[in-house]
Amino acid sequence: MKHTVVSALTGIVAAVGLTIASAAVTPAAAAGGAHRPVEQWWSFAGPFGTYDRAQLQRGFKVFKEVCAGCHGLQFVAFRNLGEPGGPEFSEAEVKAIAAEYTVVDGPDAEGEMFEREAKPADLWPSPFANVEAAAAANGGAAPPDFSLLAKARAVERGFPWFVLDWFTTYQEAGPDYIYALLTGYEEAPDGVEVGDGLYYNPYFLGGTAIAMAPPIDDEMVDYTDGTPMTLEHYARDVTAFMMWAAEPKLEERKRIGMATMLYVLAFAGLLFVAKKKVWSDVDH
Amino acid sequence: MSGHSTYQPKNRIVRWVEERLPIFSLMEGQFISFPTPKNLNYWWTFGMILSVMLVIQLVTGIVLVMHFTPHEDLAFASIEHIMRNVNYGWLIRYMHANGGAFFFLAVYIHIFRGLYYGSYKSPREILWILGVIIYLLMMATGFMGYVLPWGQMSFWAATVITNLFSAIPFVGEAVVTWLWGGFAVDNPTLQRFFSLHYLLPFAIAAVVALHVWALHVVGQNNPSGIEPKSTKDTVPFTPYATIKDSFVTVVFLLAYLWFVFYMPNYMGHADNYIPADPLKTPAHIVPEWYYLPFYAILRAIPDKLGGVVAMFAAIIVLFFLPWLDTSKVRSATYRPLFRLFFWILVAVCILLGWLGAKPAEGIYVTLARIGTAYYFAHFLIILPLLGLFEKPKPLPASISDAVLAKHGGAGAATEAVAAAEKRG
Repeated sequence: MKHTVVSALTGIVAAVGLTIASAAVTPAAAAGGAHRPVEQWWSFAGPFGTYDRAQLQRGFKVFKEVCAGCHGLQFVAFRNLGEPGGPEFSEAEVKAIAAEYTVVDGPDAEGEMFEREAKPADLWPSPFANVEAAAAANGGAAPPDFSLLAKARAVERGFPWFVLDWFTTYQEAGPDYIYALLTGYEEAPDGVEVGDGLYYNPYFLGGTAIAMAPPIDDEMVDYTDGTPMTLEHYARDVTAFMMWAAEPKLEERKRIGMATMLYVLAFAGLLFVAKKKVWSDVDH
Repeated sequence: MSGHSTYQPKNRIVRWVEERLPIFSLMEGQFISFPTPKNLNYWWTFGMILSVMLVIQLVTGIVLVMHFTPHEDLAFASIEHIMRNVNYGWLIRYMHANGGAFFFLAVYIHIFRGLYYGSYKSPREILWILGVIIYLLMMATGFMGYVLPWGQMSFWAATVITNLFSAIPFVGEAVVTWLWGGFAVDNPTLQRFFSLHYLLPFAIAAVVALHVWALHVVGQNNPSGIEPKSTKDTVPFTPYATIKDSFVTVVFLLAYLWFVFYMPNYMGHADNYIPADPLKTPAHIVPEWYYLPFYAILRAIPDKLGGVVAMFAAIIVLFFLPWLDTSKVRSATYRPLFRLFFWILVAVCILLGWLGAKPAEGIYVTLARIGTAYYFAHFLIILPLLGLFEKPKPLPASISDAVLAKHGGAGAATEAVAAAEKRG
C-alpha cells in the first residue's frame, strides 16, 4: 500500500516535472546520459529510511559473484559486513567470507612479504595489483571502485527539482543512476556508432557507449529466499549494497537525526514562548 | 552608545578581579546592558547566528584535524577513515561540510539586510568594511577547505582558481608557481592550503572581534534607519536581544541539521567522491554554490584578465559602498525607488548564481553579461544617482514613533505620520 502511494505520488510529481522541464529551454545535450534515470523506490530513502538486511545480503552475493572480479571495494573491511546498520552477517559468516580471500601481509621476521587468509579486520582486497593492471585487463578502462560509487555518480537535477529536493530529502541520485545503467543496456539506435569493445547504454554519463559489457542477466546468481532471479532484482539489490558500502552509517545518522531534530524543535518552541514573554512589555 | 557600564560587582572575588582587569564590567556593558533599538526585526538576528556558525566550524574543524592527513596519497582515504571508523566521524564531517554552506547562507542574508537598511552609512563605514573583510576571508577559507578532501572537484577547483592568477601581466606565471609550491596543483599545494585553512578562521575570529567592537561603538542600525534618541527607543541587550537571537539561531540550526542528517551530500558535488586524478578533467568544473555568482561574472567577460578583474572588482566595489550611495536616508522603508532596485539586485545575484552553474555557452553567456553589467551598474551608476533624484518618504521623528505608526492602531499611525510630515 505504502509502496503504491509513494509510486503514485512519484508518478504525479514526475509528470508535473516533465511538463515543466519540457516547457523550459532544452539544455545543451550533455556528454552522454541521453536518458534520465527513473526515480526508484528505496528502503533507505527519506528521514526514516533504513537498509533492508535481506536485500543487502543478496546484493552482497551479487557483488561477490558477479562484480568483484573486476570492481574493488577498497574502503570496506570484512568486519563491516557484520556491523549494525549493514547486511549484519553473523560473526561466523563474516569470518567464513573473509577466509575465502587471501591478502598480502608482512614483512615477516625474515623480511619477506607473505600471503595469508583474510581476517575480519582486513580491508577488501583489490582484484587487481594496481590501476594500470585493472585498465590493461579491461580494454583500457579501469573498473571503478565500489566503495563510494553510489555517492560519486549523479545526474544533474535541474530546476525545479533541486528546490523540491530540500523538502523530499532526495539523496538517491547515485542509486537511481546505477540501477538505470545496469538495466539500461539496449541495441544502439540507427545512426549511432558504437566503437569496438563498447556497449550502447543511453543512461551512461560518460558518453553513449560504455566499456563494461552488460554485467548481469536473469538467473545468473542463485537467490535462496524466493526473490525472483531477474536482472531487475539483481540490479536493485546490488545497488542497495553499493549504497550501504558508500554510506555505512546512514541508519545511525537518520536515527540520531530524528532524536536531535525533535529535541531542537522543542527547544525552539520553549525559546519562542520565552521570547514572547520577555517582549510582552515592550511595544516593538 | 558604547555602553559604559555602571556595573558594581557584589561578589568579593569578582570585585578583586574587576579592579585588576575590568572584564566583568566590559562583558556587562557589551552583552547585558548594551542598548539595542527596540524595533529590530528578525533579520537582525544573523549576527548571533554567524557567531554560532563560526564556533561550530572551529570546533568541528579542530576535531577533524585530529583524524585528517593532508597528503595527496592519504587525504582522500583519511576522510573515508573519518566517515567509517572514527566515532561519530560522519557527524562531525557532515556538520563541517554543511556548516560552511550555512555559514555562507547566513552571511548573505546578513549582507543583504545591511544593503536593504543602509547599515553601511555614516557612522558605520568601518563596521561595514570590516564585514567585507570577514566575507573575503570566509571565501578564501571556504575555497581552501573544499580542496582538502582531494577529490576530483577539490583538485580541479584548485587548478581553475589558482590559474586565475596567471592572468596578472608579467608576473602571473611566477605568482601561480609560488601559490602552488611547484609547477602544478600538487602535494605542496594541498599542504599549504591545509595550513592556511586552519589559520584563517582564527583571523576571521579576530576581525569578528573588531566588527563587534565597531558595532558597539556606533550602535546597531534598525529598520527605521534613524538613531535612537532616548532610552525609550532602546531595550537592554539582555534579556531582549539575547532571547530573540537565541530563538532564531535555534530555528536556523534546525534547517542546518535537516541537511546534516537527511541530505548531507546535497551541497557537495558527486565528483568529489572520486579521488583526485590530474589526468582526468571533469566535464563541468563548478565551485560551491556560494561562489557561483562570482564564477558567472568571471566567465561573462571574454578576456581572461578582464574576467579576473571583474570578479575581484565585484567584491572590491562593496568597500566603497558607503560613499557610492549618496542618499542621506538609510532604510529602504523610506526609499521606494531604492527598494525596487534592491530587489532587482537580489534577483540579478540569484540569476548570476544559477548561470554560474551552467556551462559558459550560448544564451547563458549573454545573460551572464547582462547580469554582470547590471551588478556593477547598481553600485556605480544607480546608487550614486538615486540619492540625488529620489524623493524619500518622510521619516518618523524617532524609533518609538516608527513603532507607533506600525502597531499603534490607525489613529496613532495617522497621528505619527502627520507629525512626521509636519517636521518634514
